[in-house]
Amino acid sequence: MTTATSPQARREVAIVAFAQTRHVRDSATLSEVEMLMPVLHEVLGQVGLTAGEIGFTCSGSCDYLAGRAFSFTMALDGVGAWPPISESHVETDGAWALYEAWVKLLTGEADTALVYSYGKSSPGRLRDVLTRQLDPYYLAPLWPDSVALAALQAQALIDAGDTDETALAAVAGRSRTAAGGNPYAQESGDRPQGAYVVRPLRRGDCPPVGDGAAAVVLAAGDTARRLCERPAWIRGMDHRIEAHALGVRDLTDSPSARLAAERAGAFDAPVDTAELHAPFTSQEVVLRKALGLGDDVTVNPSGGPLAANPVMAAGLIRLGEAAARIHRGESRRALAHATSGPCLQQNLVAVLEGEDR
Amino acid sequence: MPEPLTAPLVVEFPFTRSLGPVQSAFLTGLRERTVLGVRTGDGRVLVPPVEYDPVTAEELRDLVEVGTTGTVTTWAWNPSPRPQQPLATPFAWVLVRLDGADTALLHVLDAPGPEAVRTGMRVRVRWAGRRTGAVTDIACFEPAADAAAAGETVATAHTGAFAEPVTGITVPARLEYTYAPGRAQSRYLAALAGHRTVGERCPSCRKVYVPPRGACPTCGVATDEQVEVGPRGTVTTFCIVNIKAKGVDIEVPYVYAHIALDGAGLALHGRIGGIPYDQVRMGLRVEPVWTGDGRYPDHYRPTGEPDADYDAYKELL
Repeated sequence: MTTATSPQARREVAIVAFAQTRHVRDSATLSEVEMLMPVLHEVLGQVGLTAGEIGFTCSGSCDYLAGRAFSFTMALDGVGAWPPISESHVETDGAWALYEAWVKLLTGEADTALVYSYGKSSPGRLRDVLTRQLDPYYLAPLWPDSVALAALQAQALIDAGDTDETALAAVAGRSRTAAGGNPYAQESGDRPQGAYVVRPLRRGDCPPVGDGAAAVVLAAGDTARRLCERPAWIRGMDHRIEAHALGVRDLTDSPSARLAAERAGAFDAPVDTAELHAPFTSQEVVLRKALGLGDDVTVNPSGGPLAANPVMAAGLIRLGEAAARIHRGESRRALAHATSGPCLQQNLVAVLEGEDR
Repeated sequence: MPEPLTAPLVVEFPFTRSLGPVQSAFLTGLRERTVLGVRTGDGRVLVPPVEYDPVTAEELRDLVEVGTTGTVTTWAWNPSPRPQQPLATPFAWVLVRLDGADTALLHVLDAPGPEAVRTGMRVRVRWAGRRTGAVTDIACFEPAADAAAAGETVATAHTGAFAEPVTGITVPARLEYTYAPGRAQSRYLAALAGHRTVGERCPSCRKVYVPPRGACPTCGVATDEQVEVGPRGTVTTFCIVNIKAKGVDIEVPYVYAHIALDGAGLALHGRIGGIPYDQVRMGLRVEPVWTGDGRYPDHYRPTGEPDADYDAYKELL
């Protein structure tokens, strides 16, 4: 979609603030809204806005994590939704809520947007819960869990000669070492790879299961410049999906991620940073190949989802982490990626740039 | 503050789904030990079959029969099966390309250990003893070292017609959670068990929320100050329930009401008892009644006070 209008004619939109919780294994003492509210206050505080001054609010979460219908309506209490606000929700990762907010700002219907997402995996057994998002006719009755499906993809990569267990362990090690500089991470530092969870994936190849939330503020044009010293301009964003039947796909590749990146303009100029939503080490191998990322690109300096993977927020956090790196002047052009579904079924890619002033 | 509360929460639902012509034929076929695929416009055979080509979106109805032996295209060894998975002993997840098919089916492989599994190995269907027209009619796959090599079986045309076709499936789903209501609601429920009703005041608009959820939905800030409200309150509005709810031992008709407890900034709801249903009215003054060792009021009954003035509760309707 990004090629439909030339970048010059399109409204400029930037991520101007980002906040997240410290991600933990179990946040049973807090309800969703209690977990989320400090993050909302922090992100609004960064730009000096109140919720009432925000033009559009969009959130991402999943009822199956909470085990309750319309669970997101409770979290809305943390936004201050009265008097009535312009609001929307996506039943998936908050990265897609950010996409919706971006479109809203591009249309000129709002100048600012608040995007947030959250997920508490602690109430249920995540591997079982996620089976309910699968095709209900052919897959869900078998209860194939998220690690099992990722492991099938990992074995396909190993068979194809794209990686091996040593290389996967190196991805895990690099990610969790990088997370040492991330105070929000759930797992950081040197950790043993551990036993097989589902072979060929070991404990270290899998993301931690945890609870957390994140929020970003988007702003258009001069509003963004007023709110942020160095806005992270969204140069392009796109999302694509694979055929849903796993047996139809080549699991060693991600054509949807490549196409989304192409349409987002990722290949128009080199990026220096990539925040990849690859919850499993093997998925980083797929994405590096699909996105053509070389060794000169800093991948997941935050530690990525292998260090903290609050389901439904982890993708939004990739966009937030990439933007924050631009805010701090540590990146000039960054790629941010989010995924949803088994084996990188759905992929969203955004290209963010800082402005040299 | 009291210990945060938790409670088991089970979500169970028998998802009932209808099948289109292709899925109906496929699942009925499994019941009859026949595996069907569907041929695409460019001649590929998709197993399991779908109604639309995943590449071109072209409608697909050209059913074919494929073999019950096949080749593993990738696999993953599961050392600790989860309760609802097809096999109780360690097994391999497999994608199997059945002979005559061009795509792979996800299922499980019964094998003695990971050393007995490899990509490219030959496997065959083990049928379930009792088959109903579901993907689980394939109990699992098993190694088939002696089976004919791939390529000897080709897909053959099939009408997809069977006696008594399966047109729908019921897929029970059950997930177990531990529900944690959080800080504010834990405090509320703990106080309620002690026959006290505690709300929380918004530091910004001063409204007192009962039950509190930890946030003021108007101001978007944490409600922080504990405020004891009631025990008495005023009926602000009500309805008469005429249908008996399953598993609830209350004679109908009865009255369900919004009750503004004294000092609360909004009404909560509860059942009104101790008065004939047709005498309940707006403005009626009520108080909570606890029965047995209940953790919350069983119902509210009239206090005998004069009715409250409309002006006293009109903002809380």
